[in-house]
Amino acid sequence: MNDPVIQVKDFRKIYGDLVAVDGISFEVQRGEIFGLLGPNGAGKTSTLESLEGLRVPDGGSLRVMDVDPARQSRKLHNLIGVQLQTSGLPDSINLDEAMKFFCAYHGVVPRYDLLDRFDLKEKRRTQYYQLSAGQQRRLGLALAVAHKPPVLFLDEPTAGLDVASRIELHNLMRELQEAGTTIILATHDMAEANEMAGRLAILLHGKIAATGTPLELTATGAGFTKVSVRTKGSSLSNPDLNFPAVSKRIIKDEYVIYYSTDIGPTVSAIIAHVKAQEDTLVDLRVERPSLEDRFLEITTTGGVQ
Amino acid sequence: MNAFINHFSFEFRTGIRNKTLLLMNYLFPLGFYAMMGLLMTGINPAFRETMIPAMTIFAILAATLLGLPDPLVTAREAGIFRSYKINGVPAFSILVVPALTTILHTAVVTIIITTTAPLFFDAPLPVNWLGFVVTLLLMAFACAGLSVLIGVVSSSSRMTVLWSQLIFLPSMLLSGMMVPYSLLPEAMGKIAQLLPATHAMNAFRGLAQNLTADFNPIGSLIVLLASGVLAFGLAIYLFNWDSRNMTQRGHPLMALLVLLPYVISMLLLS
Repeated sequence: MNDPVIQVKDFRKIYGDLVAVDGISFEVQRGEIFGLLGPNGAGKTSTLESLEGLRVPDGGSLRVMDVDPARQSRKLHNLIGVQLQTSGLPDSINLDEAMKFFCAYHGVVPRYDLLDRFDLKEKRRTQYYQLSAGQQRRLGLALAVAHKPPVLFLDEPTAGLDVASRIELHNLMRELQEAGTTIILATHDMAEANEMAGRLAILLHGKIAATGTPLELTATGAGFTKVSVRTKGSSLSNPDLNFPAVSKRIIKDEYVIYYSTDIGPTVSAIIAHVKAQEDTLVDLRVERPSLEDRFLEITTTGGVQ
Repeated sequence: MNAFINHFSFEFRTGIRNKTLLLMNYLFPLGFYAMMGLLMTGINPAFRETMIPAMTIFAILAATLLGLPDPLVTAREAGIFRSYKINGVPAFSILVVPALTTILHTAVVTIIITTTAPLFFDAPLPVNWLGFVVTLLLMAFACAGLSVLIGVVSSSSRMTVLWSQLIFLPSMLLSGMMVPYSLLPEAMGKIAQLLPATHAMNAFRGLAQNLTADFNPIGSLIVLLASGVLAFGLAIYLFNWDSRNMTQRGHPLMALLVLLPYVISMLLLS
C-alpha cells in the first residue's frame, strides 16, 4: 500500500520565538486511521490546522490529496471534513439550519439522516446554544462527514461523549474507513488511539518522538512487563525482597506490582517464594505495557527517535 | 447561489431571533420614533417636516452601527469563521450577507415609519419617492459598510462599542436629525460633514422632501456611495478569519481611509 493522501515533509510552524513544530515528516495512506498523540503544546493542533488550511507553514511542505492547503483553499474545502474542538457555529442556528447551511456551501443535499444517527432527532429545531456539550460535539461530527469528504480530521472527537455516542462514533469511523476515507485522529484518549488508529505518531516539543502501529510502539519501549501479584498473607510485603529480572516494585490497591525484563524467572521465583512462605496466591496478572505506559515513558523521558 | 440564498435566509431570521439584534433592528428605532413623535412634534412642530427622513436615518444608524459590528467580533473570537473557512464560506458572504439582511430589516422599519407617521403625527410624506429610496439605500449601504469595517478591525466587543458610538452620538447631535444643520456654527457644520447621517439628511431634504438642501445633495449621494464602496472593500481586504492568525494583509489603521470621501466633501461641498 503506497497511496499517500497526506504528505507532510519537513513541516515547521513558528509563533514569534516559539517553534511549535520543528521539521516533522510523515505520510498517511488512503483509508488509514492515523493517530496524532502528544501532550498539550506538542504541536498537534498546529499540524492539524495547517493541514486544514487555517495556518500557513513557516517551512517544509504539506499536501492533502495533492492540494496545498495554504494556497488552494477552494479546492481543499470539499476534500476535507473537520470536527473542531471549539463550537464553530452561531448560537442561534438550529440543527436543521446548520445542516442545510454547510451542505449548501459544499453543494450537496442536506444529510438530516446523520442527525438521527447521532441521536439528535428530537433536537433538530433546537438552537445551538441550547444543546449540551456532548450534543454540540455530535452535531460537529455530523456536519464534518455530511459532504462525504475523502479526508476527515477529528480533534478530540469523543471528549464529552457518553458511552453510546462514543461507540456510535467508532462504528462510523470504521464504516468511513472501509469506504476509503482517510482519518486523522488527534486524541488524548490512549484507549481510543489503540483501538482505532492503524498507525500513530507521538509528538513532543514539535518533533515526532515515536511513530508506528500501536503494537510496534508498545514493543519498542524499555521492555518492561508488569507482573501484578496479590496474596492472602504478607509474604511479599518486605520491600527488600529481590526477584530475578525485576527493576522496579510498587504497591497499588493490595497488589504488589513488579516491572520485569524477563517474566519467566520473575514469575517462577515469586510463586516459589509465596509457596515457601506458606502463603496463598489470590491473583497474578502479567500485562504487556499499554500504549499509555509507552506514551508516559516517551513524554517523561523526552526521547525523540 | 443556493448557498448564498440559504445564508441570507438564516441571517435574516437571526436578525429577529437574536434578542439584541431584534432590539437594534426594530424595538429601539420604533420605540424612539414613537417617543419623538409624541414629544418632539409638540415641542417643535417644524420637526414634522423632516420626521420621516430623521427617523429613517435613526433606524439605519441603530441597526447598522449598534447591531452589526459586535456579532462579527464575537463570531471571530468563537472560532465560527474558522469553521466557515474550512467549509468554503467565502469572506465576501460573511461580511456582505449580514449587511444585506440588516438593510432589509431597516427597509421594513422604514415602511412602518412612512406609513404611520402621516397618520399618527401628521408628518408629510416624501415628495420625490425615487430620491427618497435612493438616499435611503445609499445611507444604509454606507452605514452597513462602516459597521462591517468596525467589526473587522475591532479587537474586542468593547472596541466596537467605542468606534460605533464615535459615529452614532455625534450623528444624533450634528447631522440635522434633531437640530437643523443650518443652525450649527460653520466650523461645527464642517465637522458634521464627516458623518454619513449629515449627508443623508441633506440628500433627503434636497432630493426627497422638496426642502432646501444645506449643500449639494447630489454630492452627498456620491460621498455615501464612495464611502460604502471603500468601507466594504477595506473590510474584505482587512478581514481576518481568526484572531490568533498573525498573517494580516494590512494594518487595522488602514480602515481610516474610509473617511476620505467625507474629508473631501468638507473641502469641496458648501
